[in-house]
Amino acid sequence: MTSITDAPENPSLNGARSRKTPGGPVIRWLRANLFASVTSSIISLLLIALLGKALVSLLQWGFLNAIWSLPGDQTGACRSIRGIGACWAVIPEKYRFILFGTYPFDEQWRPAVVCLIFIALFYVSSRRSWWRKELVLVWAAALVLIGVLMWGGIFGLSYVSQDRWGGLPVTLILATFGLAFGFPLGIVVALGRRSKLPAIRSLCVLYVELIRGVPLISLLFMASVMFPLFMPDGVNIDKLLRAQIAFVLYAGAYLAEVVRGGLQAVPRGQHDAADALGLSYWKKNGLIILPQAIRHVIPPLVNTFIAFFKDTSLVLIIGIFDLLTTAKTSIIDPAWQPFSVEVYIFVGVIYFLFCFAMSRYSRRLEAQARPG
Amino acid sequence: MTTSTPEFRRRRQLRFSFNRQQIIGLIWQIVVVGIAVAIVAFLWSNALHNLSVRRISTGFAFLSREAGMPIADTWLAYSPKDPYVRAFIVGIVNTLRVAVIGIVLATVLGTLIGIARLSSNWLLSRLAAVYVELLRDIPLLLQLLFWYVLMQGLPAARAAWRPIEGVFLSNRGLVLPSVPIAEANLWVIAAFAAGLIVLYVLRRQLMARQIADGKVRHIWPYALTLLLGLPALVSFSLGASWTVTMPELRGFNFVGGLTLAPEYFALLIALVTYTSAFIAEIVRSGIQAVPKGQWDAANALGLRRSFVLQRIVLPQALRVIIPPMTSQYLNLTKNSSLAVAVGYQDVVSIANTTLNQTGQAIEAIALIMMVFLTISLGISLFMNWYNARIALVER
Repeated sequence: MTSITDAPENPSLNGARSRKTPGGPVIRWLRANLFASVTSSIISLLLIALLGKALVSLLQWGFLNAIWSLPGDQTGACRSIRGIGACWAVIPEKYRFILFGTYPFDEQWRPAVVCLIFIALFYVSSRRSWWRKELVLVWAAALVLIGVLMWGGIFGLSYVSQDRWGGLPVTLILATFGLAFGFPLGIVVALGRRSKLPAIRSLCVLYVELIRGVPLISLLFMASVMFPLFMPDGVNIDKLLRAQIAFVLYAGAYLAEVVRGGLQAVPRGQHDAADALGLSYWKKNGLIILPQAIRHVIPPLVNTFIAFFKDTSLVLIIGIFDLLTTAKTSIIDPAWQPFSVEVYIFVGVIYFLFCFAMSRYSRRLEAQARPG
Repeated sequence: MTTSTPEFRRRRQLRFSFNRQQIIGLIWQIVVVGIAVAIVAFLWSNALHNLSVRRISTGFAFLSREAGMPIADTWLAYSPKDPYVRAFIVGIVNTLRVAVIGIVLATVLGTLIGIARLSSNWLLSRLAAVYVELLRDIPLLLQLLFWYVLMQGLPAARAAWRPIEGVFLSNRGLVLPSVPIAEANLWVIAAFAAGLIVLYVLRRQLMARQIADGKVRHIWPYALTLLLGLPALVSFSLGASWTVTMPELRGFNFVGGLTLAPEYFALLIALVTYTSAFIAEIVRSGIQAVPKGQWDAANALGLRRSFVLQRIVLPQALRVIIPPMTSQYLNLTKNSSLAVAVGYQDVVSIANTTLNQTGQAIEAIALIMMVFLTISLGISLFMNWYNARIALVER
C-alpha cells in the first residue's frame, strides 16, 4: 500500500481554480485547464507531445496506409505493408463469419433479426416508463420469437441445429438468458441468505461463496467435462445449454450479493409495517421489500450486467462459438492469419459499444438517484 | 411476527405445542434441504455409475503417478517425469507469480490513474478517463488475446527491440538483465527484510513518543542505517557478488538474464491494465468521498499539498477504498486463470491437462476449487486485517 503515498503530488488536485486572467475565452480556458501551474504546464506539454506522436502513428497505421479492400484472397499487398498500415480488407471478407459463425449463409438474416430484437429488448427494458408487469410478457414473447428464428423448423423456416449457431447471437443469448434466469435465482438466494431459518441460510451461503470463490473458467470446465458425468445414461445435454446453465448459476451467485446489498438498505420499519398489516412472507417481500431493495441497487446491477456480458467471452476456452471464438477462428485461414489485430479491434469495438451503452446508462441512473 | 396473527387463526394454533410460524419454518427447511440432498445424491450416484463404466477410480491416488506433461515456463525444477502433484505445485506457483506481481503493479498503476482522473489538468484527466472507459468495456479475454498477438508480432530474437541496453523485447518475450542469486545474496535480502521489520516497530515507538511529548522525530536516519547500512554490511562480510549478467543473443535465442516468456508477459500486461482501470475508479471515488472540508482545514493550517494528500486525504480515502479493492484483488487472482487461453500453465491449465489425461474430472476441479478458495481466503484475511488496522477508532 506504500504505492499510494508514492503517487505524484498533484498540486492542482483540488479542482480548477477560477482566476481572473487576461485574454480571450480560449486563452483563459487553456490557462485554467492546461497551464494552471508549472507542474501542470510540464505535464500538458509532455502529454501533448506523446499524444501527438501516438495519434499520428495511429492515423498512419489505421487510415493513411491502410488497405480497405482486396480482390479475393490476394493478401500480398496487405502483407507487404504489415506493421506500417492496417489491413481492414479482412473485415469485409470475414464479417459474416465473425458475426454469425457457421449459420447457413443464406439464412443469416435470421440471426441478424435476432440481434436487432435483442437490442430492441434492451432498449425497451431500459426505459423507466416501461417498468411494469407487461414487460415480463414482452420478454417472454421476445425470447420465444428468438427461439423460433434461431431454430426454425416452423413457419417455413428451415431447421438449424444449435451446433451451427455462432457469433453475436450466441453471445447475446448466453448473456440475456443467463441474466433472465440468473436474476430470479439471485433474488431467491438473497432472500434465503437473510432468512431466519438456519438450514436455508447456510445452503444459500454455501452456494454463493462456492461460486464466487472459484474462477468462472473452472465452472465452465465443470459444465463441459463434469456435467455429462453427473447425468444418467442416455441423457445428453447440448454443450451450449450446459454452458448456459453454468452461466445462470454464476450470475445467480453474483446477483444475489447485489440484491442482498439492496435488502440491507431497506429500513427495518418497512418489515415491521408489513408484518403489522398481516402480510405473508411472500407478499411482504414481493410487494414491499423487494421493489424498494432493487431500486436501491439498479446501478450496481447494471455494472454486474456489464461484467457478465464481458464474461460470456470465456466460452472460447470450452470451444463454444460466441463472438470472440468466431473472431479467433476467422483468422485461422492462412491467407488472413497475420491480420488478427484488425479482427480483434473490430470485435473489441462491438463489445465496447454494448458495454459503453450500458455503463453510460448506469451512470445516468446513478445521477438520477442522487438526491438534490 | 406472531403477534399480528388474527384471533380466529389463533384458536387452531392451540392444538400445537409450539407456534405456527415455527412449524412452517421447519417444514420449509426440511423440504428445501431434502430437495438439495436429493439432487446431490442423484448426481452423485450417476457420477459413481458413470465412473465405474469408464473404469476411472475415484480418489487422489493419481497424484503420485507420472505426469508426462511438459511445463515450459516455471521457476521450480520440473521435468515431465515428475508426478502430478509436482505439476500442480508448479501450477500453483505460476498462478501466484502472476497474481502477486499483478496485484502490486495494478495497485500502483490504478492509483496513479485514479489520481490523474481527478487532476485539474484537463488533458490528463480526460486521458485517464478514456483509459478507464476503454479498458473496462472490453472483455479481458479479448485484451489478453490482443496483447498476445502483438507479442507474437514482435520482431524475432535477432532483430529484438532494445529500448535500453540489456533489455530485449522480441517474440521470445521480455529479457532483462538479472543478478544470479547465490546463498550470500539471500542473506542480504533477509537482512533487508529484517531491517524493514525493525524499522516498522521503531516507527511505531517514535510515533508514540512524538504523540506523547510533541517533539518531531525523524525516521530517515534509522531507515538509512537499517535498509542500506545493514544489508551492505552483510554483503561485505559474506562477500556476496552483485554482478549483473547481461543477456546476450547466441544463435536464435538469449543466454543469461531473466526472461519473461511472451505468454507470461501478455497475461501480466492484460491483467494489470484491465484491473488498474477498476482500481482507478475505486481510488477516484475514495478520494472524492473525503469531504472537501478536510482539504480546506488542512490548507487553512498551511500544510503543503503533498502532505495534505499523503497524511490527511489518502488515509481517510483508504477506508472507503479497501473493501472494494479486496474484491478487485480477488478478481485479478481468479482472472489469472485465463492463462489457459494463451498457453501459460497456471494451476487451472494444469488441472485441465490432468483432467484430459486421466479423466479425473471431479478431483481436478476439486483441486482448482481448493487452491482458489485458499488464495481467496488468504487475501480476504490479509485485507480484513489491514482494513481493521486503518479503520477509524471512535471513542
